[in-house]
Amino acid sequence: MSTAPDLDIEHVAKLARLALTAEEKATFSAQLGDVLHHIEQLAKVDVTGVEPTAHAFPLVNVWAEDVARSGLSAEAALRNAPVQRDHMVVVPKVVE
Amino acid sequence: MNYEAVIGLEVHVQVKTNSKVFTRVAAGYGQPPNTLTDPVVLALPGTLPVMNKAALDAIIKAGLMLGCEIAPVCKWDRKNYFYPDSPKNYQISQYDQPICVGGSVEIELPGAARNVMGEHRRVPLARIHLEEDVGKLNHFATESLVDYNRAGTPLMEIVSDPAMHSAEEAYAYLTSLRATMIYGGISDCDMEKGQLRCDANISIRPVGETKLGTKVELKNLNSISFVRDGIAHEIKRQVAVLERGGALVQETRDYDGQAGTSQSLRSKEMAHDYRYFPDPDLMPVKVDDAWKSRIKGECPELPFAKQRRFFETYQLPYTLTSVLVWDRELADYFESAVKIVGTGKAQAVGNWIVNDLLRELGQAHVGVTETKVSPAHLAELVELIDAGAILSSGAKEIFIEMFATSDAPSAIADRKGLRAAATDSGELEQWCRDAIAANAKAVAEFKAGKDSAINALKGPVMKASKGKADPKLVDATLRRLLAS
Repeated sequence: MSTAPDLDIEHVAKLARLALTAEEKATFSAQLGDVLHHIEQLAKVDVTGVEPTAHAFPLVNVWAEDVARSGLSAEAALRNAPVQRDHMVVVPKVVE
Repeated sequence: MNYEAVIGLEVHVQVKTNSKVFTRVAAGYGQPPNTLTDPVVLALPGTLPVMNKAALDAIIKAGLMLGCEIAPVCKWDRKNYFYPDSPKNYQISQYDQPICVGGSVEIELPGAARNVMGEHRRVPLARIHLEEDVGKLNHFATESLVDYNRAGTPLMEIVSDPAMHSAEEAYAYLTSLRATMIYGGISDCDMEKGQLRCDANISIRPVGETKLGTKVELKNLNSISFVRDGIAHEIKRQVAVLERGGALVQETRDYDGQAGTSQSLRSKEMAHDYRYFPDPDLMPVKVDDAWKSRIKGECPELPFAKQRRFFETYQLPYTLTSVLVWDRELADYFESAVKIVGTGKAQAVGNWIVNDLLRELGQAHVGVTETKVSPAHLAELVELIDAGAILSSGAKEIFIEMFATSDAPSAIADRKGLRAAATDSGELEQWCRDAIAANAKAVAEFKAGKDSAINALKGPVMKASKGKADPKLVDATLRRLLAS
């Protein structure tokens, strides 16, 4: 287990809105470090002449026509909301 | 020291589609909260996005209307951030391969006076990309309430180069861009409904300096006038800071249009680290020439091009064109009527539309597509006046009746007795002879060079005709008789 050099666990935790203890930081640094080292192996592959792609299949233009259908009721949509009011999800205030 | 402002605008325009951009639940405005969602919008596990073909057509159309280059291939990226307006914790957007690149927006700067055409120029665009809109947050004292109806609505982001230098220029840019989008049927651009939203990046620098100054982003500019006022206010604020020896900080400020003030926006959100990466759930979009040319065929003539054509084809004055061309339906209405009466009477048609039709439409709160006055009836009215068959004083009355009833002007003229006296009858000439005989003093004055003395002769003629004589013809007849 080793920490990847470019892994800033504090920054990653902040972006994910996670408050981590010092112990957790050490644990996750090591675990994420392992993942990054694993991925680093890909850098060794010779990709000369290979066009960059985000997909394994050469598919393009996968779409549907613009025909609307009805969706969920407000009750169903909010079923998982921990707190709701006036058919909206209640969250901590996000601007000062 | 003299400063120059440098302004770039980021404009978000919602595309008017039936369904959302990556799922087929209905898109819309003004529905009860959280009634336009489905598992994709709410990012429930196992859901996958599917592109909306109409949204792609619309952004290609927008790009072609603005002279952008349409990328042969573009892709989708995830913009990652943790915020309650986006249930997925990312927004699907386009990062390094936007669908539209370059292009420009033609603008008209204010003229020396209202009736004088201002200088035209083109504001270059950096790019236009397509993304999904996010949910709406309603802020209260201690908490925020989230409505996901808006989430997933197709949203274009139109980014200008930092190439504008005054609030007026930004105003002209937004006015022109908005009209273009409405012309193309891409969006209704109602800012009150959030269909068009604008952020401005503003910096100042000493005149002659080429390096950009510290940039301030101005948000919440929620009407076109607020954009102009907010930018003017921000430029003044920045100059004041530098002049008292202060330094500008890069920040986001919130403009309060009602109060005319701005304040720094301290948000709990994000370090801007969006960690963009290609969305593995969506395949790229490939736009070939056939697709482009099909859309090209659907692009309407734009307002400024129409205005140039109206100058050339109909010899209309600027003041008429500047009213007619900004409303596509109004311009079409004008051309339908002109097609009937001929280009020689185009200005008369334009005057009726701009002065009378718009006044009545405004009072009745209806649009030109709903008016009872058909272009054919307006054309007939113009022809009746031109032929001297009705009095111009009666014409106004006839028009108001046409607006109320949809009857033909000739029928109204008959019904209301507003036909002019027959123009070739000897009657008119006799009335004129009588008036001349009875008003020796006025005749003498006229012959001595006082042109206005002729008016004293017109009264008796109009009286004898019971008001039905054509004033132009009375004038002409009197002058002919007085000259002989």
